Amino acid sequence: MLKKVVAELNKAAKDCVLEEIEVPDDDRLRIDRKHIKKACQTLKNAADLDFKMLTDLTCVDYMGEDERFEVVYQLYSLSKNYRLRLKVRVPEGEKVDTVSDVWAIANALEREVWDMFGVEFAGHPNLTRILLYDQFEGHPLRKDYPLKKHQPIVPLRTPIETEDDPPYNWTPFEKRGRKHPVRKLHVD
Amino acid sequence: MGIEKALAGKEGFFTTTLESVLGWARKFSLFQYPFVTACCGMEFMSVMNSHYDLSRFGAEIPRFTPRQSDVLFVVGTVNHKIAPVLKTVYDQMADPKWVVAFGACASTGGVYDNYAAIPGIDHVVPVDIYISGCPPRPESVMKGLLMLQDKIAKRTLIDDYPELKVQ
Amino acid sequence: MSVTKKDPEYKELPSDLVEIQLGPSHPAMHGIIKLDTRLSGETIVDMTVGIGYLHRAFEKMCEHRNWNQNIVFTDRLNYCSAPANNAAYVSAVEKLCGIEIPERGQWQRLIVTELARVADHLVCVAASVMELGAFSAYLYLVQGREFIWFVLDKLCGSRLTTSMSRVGGQAYDFYDGFEKDVAEAFAEVRTRLEDAHVMLTRNRIFYDRMRDTGVISQEDAIDWGFTGPALRSTGVDYDVRKAKPHWTYDQVEFEVPTGDRGDNYDRFLIRLEEMEQAMRIVEQALGKIPEGEVHVDDYKIFLPPKKETYNHIEGLIHHFEIVMHGPAVPKGEAYFAIESPNGEHGYYVVSDGTGTPYRVRARPTCLPMTMAIPLMVKGSMLADIVPTFGSINMIGGELER
Repeated sequence: MLKKVVAELNKAAKDCVLEEIEVPDDDRLRIDRKHIKKACQTLKNAADLDFKMLTDLTCVDYMGEDERFEVVYQLYSLSKNYRLRLKVRVPEGEKVDTVSDVWAIANALEREVWDMFGVEFAGHPNLTRILLYDQFEGHPLRKDYPLKKHQPIVPLRTPIETEDDPPYNWTPFEKRGRKHPVRKLHVD
Repeated sequence: MGIEKALAGKEGFFTTTLESVLGWARKFSLFQYPFVTACCGMEFMSVMNSHYDLSRFGAEIPRFTPRQSDVLFVVGTVNHKIAPVLKTVYDQMADPKWVVAFGACASTGGVYDNYAAIPGIDHVVPVDIYISGCPPRPESVMKGLLMLQDKIAKRTLIDDYPELKVQ
Repeated sequence: MSVTKKDPEYKELPSDLVEIQLGPSHPAMHGIIKLDTRLSGETIVDMTVGIGYLHRAFEKMCEHRNWNQNIVFTDRLNYCSAPANNAAYVSAVEKLCGIEIPERGQWQRLIVTELARVADHLVCVAASVMELGAFSAYLYLVQGREFIWFVLDKLCGSRLTTSMSRVGGQAYDFYDGFEKDVAEAFAEVRTRLEDAHVMLTRNRIFYDRMRDTGVISQEDAIDWGFTGPALRSTGVDYDVRKAKPHWTYDQVEFEVPTGDRGDNYDRFLIRLEEMEQAMRIVEQALGKIPEGEVHVDDYKIFLPPKKETYNHIEGLIHHFEIVMHGPAVPKGEAYFAIESPNGEHGYYVVSDGTGTPYRVRARPTCLPMTMAIPLMVKGSMLADIVPTFGSINMIGGELER
């Protein structure tokens, strides 16, 4: 099956498959970033491939490598009962073509990748934050975002100055100057 | 209770304080607002339904508008995105009001010690009772509710009307 | 006194679209999600879905804990069916390691997953009918779940957050009398299901609110990446248990119910039937479990028995290594999916050869359905949001992780 996929892809766009890894039940293809949209369209529309379902779209941050991000597409062909994983390497600051017009669900999944990793998708109709809020600074799933770096709650935007990831840099509301009516509690 | 029997046929009376009558009335008629966000909601459902049955303690009616409710049950993790909503809900409740932090996440952030979750809802609203457990078993929820009722019964008029306090 | 058009006081009624914001904390939403709807009269013209109110950084946390420590976070993804998530996550890691656990362990994973499926569907149906006002059916169904949880509680010590699986096997074997407890629980659940069936299935009000609302076509469902009951309600018989049988699903007989209209009523019926099938699977499985261990006998992967740890230095060292540094997972990546109650629940794990994952990605099972709510309710009434939202079984924990 993988051979057929590769032949079909190379027919659609020359040299678009950079690497093919055949693992039982876990086949992977590395696709040239420029051809990803064409490749996805081919995979979806070719009658004998029929990858009608995009089960997942995510990203991995390989910090320190030349092409930092790897966008991962998990495809599934219902009629052939075959799973395929496409991988695209994207350098920091570069864009990758959106596939939201190929599969409808890619819209939400690409928004999530942008939200979490900051990988931009060219041609995406609505590339905004989905899991976090608009005022959030940075992209938390990047390896250089500290796990415990809290940001202020939305109504108030006074960024906390942090140099590193101190053990705990949560500042209570009162200290941030938020007017917060704390009710006097009954003391037993 | 036997009071009716003792007073039957006579014009009787008994004395108590206004505070204890108010406290007694309040503690058995708690209307709650379930602010259910996460996993603890599953246990909250257990406590509310017939298997464990919180209505035995007079707290079975969920009111889905904060303006009608006395107790705010914050059930589950509160993150930075939902925190302003929680604050709004709390502000809309009428006095006297109480807040219960249901489960580890609402009390301290629980296992979610990271950029997204708020380490305890007491950074957003004041809390009266913390119920431990991740998620708490129904038995500990009942314990928490009984503790809250004790606390309500002990509330004084000064708490409601600070201006009454004699200087 | 009526005002006629000639009166100077007469004004045209405003005909603008009405904007109504449902959520994030709304009585008819058993989860925190914001639906911004635009209504013309009571008909939905436009809607946007806002999610992220339960984002808890599951994937980021996983990169800072070792492979076994992450199991507790998977409990809290789809918290209605925690054992299924545990088993799916560790199976993905085992696929990466290239190990296969003993058959008894695989049977145990199958059994707890099916128990979780019964509990999950009970909660889903109960919550959605409660929002439609059928409170007594809710009480019956949620009580049915208590009997399943009683068995899980006895098996692993926790009602909800089971954390039963470990990389390389299951943490505990079955206890004596497990079959009897399961049989008793199923008898109770079947009674509750019968009651709920009588109260709901042919109930005129319920039928009218569920039938032909929240409809999605087969093409749209596939395009949106639906899986599980929501996809099967449109007539696609895709079920990971049949398509790529994991664990020992190829040794049990069961049927995959499908619908034909793709509406809420079909999804409701499919859930009822799947509970029956899940109980059938468990009953078959209990008769087929072989004797043996439930975990691998490899001390680099699974903790050595306590006797080894306390009496031999090798056992102690392996114990220390696994507890402090995590199991030895080779460099590489793997994707493993199971049929969780909600649909295909897959884990994409990337390892850099250390005891800590480089990346763990949980496929959000209900994200496609949630993001497709506008498509399913556009053009119908505002009240149709409630059954639609109930029948897709949105679970915040796995939607936003």
